[in-house]
Amino acid sequence: MKKKLISYAVNLLLTAGIYTVFALLIQGGVINRYYEGLLINIGINIILAVSLNLVTGFLGQLVLGHAGFMSVGAYAAALVTLNSGLPEAAAFPLALLAGMLAAAIVGFLIGIPALRMKGDYLAIITLGFGEIIRVIVLALDFTGGARGLRGIPSLADFTWVYVLMAVTVYVIFTLIRSRQGRAIISIREDEIAAEAAGIHTTYYKMLAFVLAAALAGLAGGLYAHHIGILTPAKFDFNYSVEILIMVVLGGMGSITGSVVAAIILTILPEALRSFADYRMVLYSVVLIIMMLFKPSGLLGEFEFSLASIGRKLRARFFGGAVSRKED
Amino acid sequence: MALLETRDLGITFGGLQALQHLDLSLEPREIVGLIGPNGAGKTTVFNLLTSVYPPTTGSITLDGVSIVGKKTYQITQLGIARTFQNIRLFKDISVIDNVKIAMNAQMRYPTLAGILRLPSYRREEQEVHSRAMELLGIFSLEEFAQSKAKNLPYGKQRKLEMARALAANPKVLLLDEPAAGMNPTETQELMETISLIHRTFDIAILLIEHDMSFVMGICQRLVVLDYGKVIARGTPEEIQKNPAVIAAYLGGDEE
Repeated sequence: MKKKLISYAVNLLLTAGIYTVFALLIQGGVINRYYEGLLINIGINIILAVSLNLVTGFLGQLVLGHAGFMSVGAYAAALVTLNSGLPEAAAFPLALLAGMLAAAIVGFLIGIPALRMKGDYLAIITLGFGEIIRVIVLALDFTGGARGLRGIPSLADFTWVYVLMAVTVYVIFTLIRSRQGRAIISIREDEIAAEAAGIHTTYYKMLAFVLAAALAGLAGGLYAHHIGILTPAKFDFNYSVEILIMVVLGGMGSITGSVVAAIILTILPEALRSFADYRMVLYSVVLIIMMLFKPSGLLGEFEFSLASIGRKLRARFFGGAVSRKED
Repeated sequence: MALLETRDLGITFGGLQALQHLDLSLEPREIVGLIGPNGAGKTTVFNLLTSVYPPTTGSITLDGVSIVGKKTYQITQLGIARTFQNIRLFKDISVIDNVKIAMNAQMRYPTLAGILRLPSYRREEQEVHSRAMELLGIFSLEEFAQSKAKNLPYGKQRKLEMARALAANPKVLLLDEPAAGMNPTETQELMETISLIHRTFDIAILLIEHDMSFVMGICQRLVVLDYGKVIARGTPEEIQKNPAVIAAYLGGDEE
């Protein structure tokens, strides 16, 4: 118990430490605006990948419309900021909450019919939903249609994104280790056996689905207030697939894997700008190689925490025995 | 009053009457065997009792209360837990988590308490952990608590499935061919395990089995099904001599 508390404290300190380093580098101008933007995009993609992993990796349901939930959150949040009349600092948290809530409600409504389906059918329903959302946004007036929604104040700085990303990772991590998380995983393992073990499968499916949608909505809200302009084209099918690739590449059922894959797959396209046209080709090749040689993803179901990295480094450099096993 | 009782229970799949006019009763602490040739409708009885299918006719009561129309998970929570003919474990997670999942319905802390790891989370998780270890201990599975369920040998997987069913605190335990695929030694061990369960828990057991020596050795009463109908009932000794049962099993002519 005491060791667990120490582990929490170390994780918290290291999370704060990483933040401080980046924040100072940004403040000092070592990290320029371009790289700050890249960091923010990484944070947003981590939120998206980790939340999709809850549904795809832990609940075991293939969802192809995560960008749809993100767009609901993005537009809802942006519209609140633009129309609330509150000072920006007060409007922003409210806008993010509104984005989460809107995405959660839409997730719930989609979930009612979709979660009766399994496998391919659920994938097709969510794919259809993502496209429907995009077309609706395109057709509506107050969303700006194809011209997009402009002039959203840039309120989502590195601090906001980093903190909310850390909270998201924490929430999913502890959720998975609670009784609710076990119930969610049991559905992935064997739905019939889960029912027979007294698990209200419909409830737990909905819980995972709505939470994932809400977090995608949060990512959308942050995105809107980072980029400043929203167009429906951003949230197309390809983006849903990109998020799914992060989850698959990192390992379905590994939160750490999603984080690592989200970082790699956000940096990689930037680094390969000159090959932009071949990006999707590269993704496909990477995925095929992955499925052939390591279908469980980079990290499989493996998890590590910052604290455990610290322990291992300490053991390597100072020789002390690493005594405890992973939490 | 019987603990579990069915009256005129029946189900029709398309034109096929898979089960007809089943009157079955199970007293507290009783072990009853449900036997019959392949396709006789034995597993169908389990699927009706646990509401996998809704019955076409008849009633099912547990403690005098009708359970027809309830969902499978509700029936488990009300006190009927089962195992499956072809083992259905949560293969890729730990043995102890398999058991803890079946205790979920007895746990109370809300989602947020789990995420924030509030005292209620810690208390209930500790309690469930020690209860699960205790249960694994009864089946001599403690040392495997942290290994993945799929890595257990076959016989131990069967035991784990029983442990998981018992974790739901049932009044009635339904075992679907627990000895299937076991060698004589394992079967013997299984009989001892079932007697142990019967002694340790205040529980009634309804079991499906093909192995005659197995049911003869363990059941107080037998019900024999053939083509969806009860063809005989009685003590194991009576059933062994019953001509209709012999005919059903050996395909002999009916005199």
